[in-house]
Amino acid sequence: MALFAEEHSIPMTHILSFQLNGAPVQALVKPSDSLLDVLREKLDVTSPKRGCDSGDCGACTVLLEGKAVRACLTCALTVENKQVVTVEGLSQDGKLQPLQEAFMAHGGSQCGYCTSGMLISATALLAKSPHPQRQDIAQEMSGNLCRCGCYEEITQAILDTARKGE
Amino acid sequence: MNQYIGKAMPRYDAQGQVTGKVRYVDDIKVPGMKCVKVLRSPVHKGEIRGLDFSRALKVPGVVGFVTAQDIPGKNAYGRFQDMPVLAPENRVRYRGEPIAAVVAADEDTALEALSQVRLDIEEQTPVFDMFEAMQPDAPLVRHDSKSNLWVHYPPDITEVTMVKGQMDEGMNQADQVIEGRYSTGVQDHAPMETNVSVAYRDEMGRLVIHTVSQTIYAHLGMLCAILAMPMSRIRFIGGRVGGAFGGKNDIHTDHIAALAVLKFGHPVKYRLSREEDLQFTTKRGAFVLDFKTGVKNDGRLTACRIDIWHDTGAYAGMSPYGLEKCAMFAPGPYDFPHIKVTARTIFTNRPISSSMRGFSVINGQIASEIHMNRVAEALGMDPWELRFTNAWRDGDQGVTGYKVRGAGALEAMKKAAELAGIKLPDKLMSMSSRGRQAS
Repeated sequence: MALFAEEHSIPMTHILSFQLNGAPVQALVKPSDSLLDVLREKLDVTSPKRGCDSGDCGACTVLLEGKAVRACLTCALTVENKQVVTVEGLSQDGKLQPLQEAFMAHGGSQCGYCTSGMLISATALLAKSPHPQRQDIAQEMSGNLCRCGCYEEITQAILDTARKGE
Repeated sequence: MNQYIGKAMPRYDAQGQVTGKVRYVDDIKVPGMKCVKVLRSPVHKGEIRGLDFSRALKVPGVVGFVTAQDIPGKNAYGRFQDMPVLAPENRVRYRGEPIAAVVAADEDTALEALSQVRLDIEEQTPVFDMFEAMQPDAPLVRHDSKSNLWVHYPPDITEVTMVKGQMDEGMNQADQVIEGRYSTGVQDHAPMETNVSVAYRDEMGRLVIHTVSQTIYAHLGMLCAILAMPMSRIRFIGGRVGGAFGGKNDIHTDHIAALAVLKFGHPVKYRLSREEDLQFTTKRGAFVLDFKTGVKNDGRLTACRIDIWHDTGAYAGMSPYGLEKCAMFAPGPYDFPHIKVTARTIFTNRPISSSMRGFSVINGQIASEIHMNRVAEALGMDPWELRFTNAWRDGDQGVTGYKVRGAGALEAMKKAAELAGIKLPDKLMSMSSRGRQAS
C-alpha cells in the first residue's frame, strides 16, 4: 500500500520552522509527526507530557497562536511559521507569572504530570475571559485531567489569579 | 518545626512543576537509546506452538528479541513470586501476557517488527467467572495447580478464616437476620504518567534503571533475582513518579528494559502507551461479598457472617495479601460480639489484580456500609442511629482479637453530619468513642 505522502508527492521529510517561546526553531519532521513528537523528541522541550497521545487527557496542551491546543493531535506541519508557547516560555527573565505563583500557593499540583497542560489551558482561559466564574473554569478546563484530584486547588489558583489581576 | 505546623506550605518541588523543569522518566534521553516494545498474547489462554522472529529480524533498524531463555535468574517476580517476566514454558494465561520483547531503533520500527513475528498459538478454553472457576470441572488457569483457588496456607488451605466468638450463638440471639450480596468491579489506576523505564550500562558497567516504581526497594530485590545480579551492580533511580495510586507497586517495565540492556548492550527506553497501560498493567480486582447480619430490635448488632470471593486474574499480584486485609476489615468499624469471615482468592484468565489505593479494604467497606443501611431499613431505624449505637468504642475487639484504641468513627460521623447540614438528635451527639457508658 502506497503511503499517502508518496501518492501525493509530499516529501517524506521537511524542515519545519516556527517560533517556540519567542525564539525561531527548526526541526526535520516527517508528515506523520505530531507537534508533541517534534517538541519532545526533536527539540527536547519536555513540559508537554504524553499522557494518552489521543487528545483525551490534556497533559500535552500548548498555546498555538495564543489558543490552547493538544500537541498530540496537532500535525507538526501545520505550525509552520506560527507561534508556539509551552510552560518553559511562561516565566520571563526568571520571574514566575502570577498564575504559576498561584498554582504553587494553592497546591495546584501533586505528582505534577498534568500541571503543564493545566497551566497552558488556564493561561488561554484568563486571556479570553479575565474574570471567569467557577462554571467557566469547569467548562474551559474540562479537557485537562488530573488523577491526583487537584481540581479544586487549580480552580482556586485561577480564581485567585483573576482577582489579583483586577 | 513549629513555624510550619498548621500552615499551608508549597510542595518542595512545586516551582519545578510550574516551570516544566521537573524531569520524569519519560523525559530522559540517553545517547544511542533504542526502543523496547513487547509482543503480547492475543488470546486469553493458550500454548505457544511456534515463535519465528526471522522476518521481524530483517526489518531495518531491529536489534533483536529478548525471550524467557534470556533471563539469567528467576523468571518470576511479585510479592508472591508467581508472575513470570516473559511467558515461561510457552504458556499464556491472560490476553496481553508478555511473550517476547523487541529492541529497535525507534517505536515505529519496533511496532513494525512485532507485526512481522510469526506467532503460532493454540487457543485454549479460558474461564472468566470466579464461581465457574471454582467448579470441579473448570479449566485450570494454572496447569500445575490442583484447582483455581490460591493456596493461602500451604500445603492446601485455600480459605482465609477469621473468627471472633460463636457466630451461630450470635445469630440465635438476633431478632432479625438480614442478608445481602455485593460485588465490586475491576478498576485501573490510570495515572497521568504511563509505566516507563530507561535503562543502560554506566561507565563502571553497572546497570542503571530509571524507574517509576512506588515500591523501590522491594522492586530492586526482585530485579536482583530476575537478573541474577547483586544490588551493588544495579543503580535503581526513582522517586519521580507521575501518579501511581498502587499501580506502580508492581514492576511493569523495569525488568524487561533491564533484560534488553543485558542482552544487547544498548541504552533503552520501554514505555507503555496509554492503551497498553490500561489493558495490561495490574488492576484493582473484582470482589463478591455475602453479608448476613444478626440484630436485636433495639438496634444492637449480635453477629456477622461474611463470605468473600476475590478475582485475582491470571496471577496473584498482591491479591492474597489484599484479601486478608479485606477479610479483617469487612465487618466495618462496628462492635459485633460474634463474627465469622471466610475469604478466598480465585484465578481466572483476566488481567492480573493487585494493589490499588485503599487496597482491598474499601471493597469490604462499600459492602458493609450498604448492608448497614439495609439492616436499618429492616429495623425501621434511622441509619445514623444504627451506626452510632454500634460504632467502635475504645477497648472493643476486632475480628482477629485486636483491641481498638483511639476509635474515631463516632466523631467522624458527627463531623460528616455537621458538614452535610444534618441535625442529629442529642442522644446521638452525646455519644463518644471513649466508652459505651459515656453515652
